[in-house]
Amino acid sequence: MCLGIPGRIIETHESAGLLMGTVDFGGVRREVCLACTPEAEVGSYVIVHVGFAISIVDEAEAQRTLAVLRAIPDAIATELGEPLPAAPGGDTR
Amino acid sequence: MTALECPLPIEEGEVVLLGHGAGGRLSAELLEDLLLPAISGSSGRGLIGRVPLEDAAVLPATGGAELVVSTDSFVVSPLFFPGGDIGSLSVHGTINDVAMMGAMPTALTVSLIIEEGLPLATLERVARSLGEAARAAGVAVVTGDTKVVNRGAADQLFITTTGLGTRLPGTRTSAAYAAPGDVVLLSGPIGLHGTTVLSTREGLGFESDIATDSRPLHHLVRAIAKAGGSAVHVLRDPTRGGLATTLNEIARDSAVTVEIDEAAIPVPEAVAAACDLLGLDVLHVANEGCLVAFVAADKAEDVLTAMRAVPGGEGAVRIGHVADWPAGRVVMRTLVGAHRVVDMLAGEQLPRIC
Amino acid sequence: MKYLDEYRDPALARKLLAELTATATEPWRIMEVCGGQTHTLVRQGIDDLLPAGIRMIHGPGCPVCVTPLEVLDRAHAIAALPGVVFTSFGDMLRVPGSHTDLLALRARGADVRPVYSPMDAVRIAVAEPAEQVVFLAVGFETTAPANALAVQQADRLGLDNFSVLVSHVLVPPAITTLLEDPDCEVQAFLAAGHVCAVMGWRAYEPIAAKYQVPIVVTGFEPLDLLEGILMAVRQLEDSRAEVENQYVRAVRRDGNTDAQHAIETVFRIADRPWRGLGPIPDSGLVLAPDFARFDAATRFEVGGITTAEHPECIAGEILTGAKLPTDCTAYGTRCTPRNPLGAPMVSGEGTCAAFYAAGRVPRKVEA
Repeated sequence: MCLGIPGRIIETHESAGLLMGTVDFGGVRREVCLACTPEAEVGSYVIVHVGFAISIVDEAEAQRTLAVLRAIPDAIATELGEPLPAAPGGDTR
Repeated sequence: MTALECPLPIEEGEVVLLGHGAGGRLSAELLEDLLLPAISGSSGRGLIGRVPLEDAAVLPATGGAELVVSTDSFVVSPLFFPGGDIGSLSVHGTINDVAMMGAMPTALTVSLIIEEGLPLATLERVARSLGEAARAAGVAVVTGDTKVVNRGAADQLFITTTGLGTRLPGTRTSAAYAAPGDVVLLSGPIGLHGTTVLSTREGLGFESDIATDSRPLHHLVRAIAKAGGSAVHVLRDPTRGGLATTLNEIARDSAVTVEIDEAAIPVPEAVAAACDLLGLDVLHVANEGCLVAFVAADKAEDVLTAMRAVPGGEGAVRIGHVADWPAGRVVMRTLVGAHRVVDMLAGEQLPRIC
Repeated sequence: MKYLDEYRDPALARKLLAELTATATEPWRIMEVCGGQTHTLVRQGIDDLLPAGIRMIHGPGCPVCVTPLEVLDRAHAIAALPGVVFTSFGDMLRVPGSHTDLLALRARGADVRPVYSPMDAVRIAVAEPAEQVVFLAVGFETTAPANALAVQQADRLGLDNFSVLVSHVLVPPAITTLLEDPDCEVQAFLAAGHVCAVMGWRAYEPIAAKYQVPIVVTGFEPLDLLEGILMAVRQLEDSRAEVENQYVRAVRRDGNTDAQHAIETVFRIADRPWRGLGPIPDSGLVLAPDFARFDAATRFEVGGITTAEHPECIAGEILTGAKLPTDCTAYGTRCTPRNPLGAPMVSGEGTCAAFYAAGRVPRKVEA
């Protein structure tokens, strides 16, 4: 459950007493309720679930996660995964 | 808790659902189990096994070239959406179905069902767009019909168009002709039309710079036929139900396996974002301006080069190939290198939260 | 998209798989709790790539699957009432109750509308004051703040035509229930990243300690899942049982206190049944007395609800991991996504539907 997608806040405003904002998700923009992430600023990335920001993305931690993964040595060069049933004459790339 | 009176009937006779019109499995069942047997007068069983359902019908040649005919209804809401409207869509959709049989569309009939109260200015705007699209495609609107129904009996405006065309000499495409070893080519990015229309829906709406890919594809078909000739086995435009449904239909009708590579399928960033946001599978999202071509391997590179030289085909790519077993399946190599079966759209495409 | 695409990198996925291969010495059984995680595992085929016979057990983390039949039947009865606009996340529209589903009701004239956000339902209530707008408030802790804020907003706007049918569930009591089951096969858990983004992970620390089970708070992209599995396997190999956080970019130990405050204001913790698992103490949320007037269950009189599960469905055993969908006699024949007999065949993340979509068959016919 709980589809949550990171997006960047491009504007904030108040609507009927609630802190709202426009969030850009890679070219798709939607109004999002920011009431639970009041410290988020324009430019921050937030994780949005059903139109509500539930968490501010910690960009430093995000980079660190990737750095840790990239630092894992390349142990094997072969491709993992089960091969498909043979494809006669086909491109099995 | 004791049963008092349940307001719901226990046993329901089935009724038509919106999903029956979504182009996926439900639509196929409606056709194969109800409409085709009823209309053809036969029992239906076995009918579909031999006759694949094509985008258009090919009528026997009487002297000259074979005649191709296709009909399609357009009920899109809203009438106007970024990059197009119901008028241009009703031209492109039908001439593309004609083109998928390897035919050049020549004439179009137009039937309008108009809801009482529709502003004349709206109707004129749609009609102008329809006319411009037909002229731009080099297709004549040769006859038509207009009906007006009571308010509420239709949603503003429905359009039915029928397209006629003649088959290019030497082409013989069918959903049943995919052969092991064929290369699967896709003419351009997927998901644009479906996400564009969805972006305008109440309750799901979002803003984006996405526009529909609605466009005529017959020039692309001409280039493909010229470069590939009889090596072009299947042409299909993956409209309702998306790429996954179209490939499943081809796999079923040709009794082959279609293998595709997820990393090779072009998905515009905003389309991917809209799908991530709403929890949709981009392989099930409708398109109106791209096609898949199944081409014998030795001609595939020539056809790809020819496609890329035609406007609307610049982004053509190879997305997979055909194997012979297990028959009737579409298998995708996922981003991480595993394989999974890709199913056709079941019923209505619904956004999900989980 | 930033913060998504990087976590789908195939080269890094292969590195993680290689590392997993080098680390795992036993066929560990790990449960991912969340349906979103199941979705990624199955759609990407990740569970097929895991080395050393490591098996992922798909947990009860899908609101579609665990919403009790009684709630569904009540929802369907309310939706069928004249003057009701019934709004729901798209997920719930196809879920069969004892008699029907919301899409079938719509085809028969009920006003059923899918919405992306509970706030959209509030907006409909404002725009259509003559209608009674009901929102089916399902979900786990992740969705609870959104539904709470929607109710608070309706309260602030003084809406008397908005109500919610609440069916909220909480993850830690369900994990505890699974671990108390002597047949429980699970050796480690991947906790749901977005649930923990809201609630933090303090509630999982006593569970890890008491049952000596590793729990890794994990995200939803392929690399997140592979790293979460790797962290769980490392704990198992080292005989550790701690709560660790893989999803550091989104989850902090205390979670989101503003979101927790919204939940505490609008809801109260209560006992509740889970479809497939049965009643679990303190595992659900109901409206707090101050907001009870927004309860659709009391606003609409729909008479007694009699529920009837399909006798062939083994949803309960599927949800606990005791059985696989392919063990079910109806799987793929009498029960398909087109004609689901039980909830796990309905949702995309339902274990049975996920198996079906991936083309898994009772016996491996692939050579």
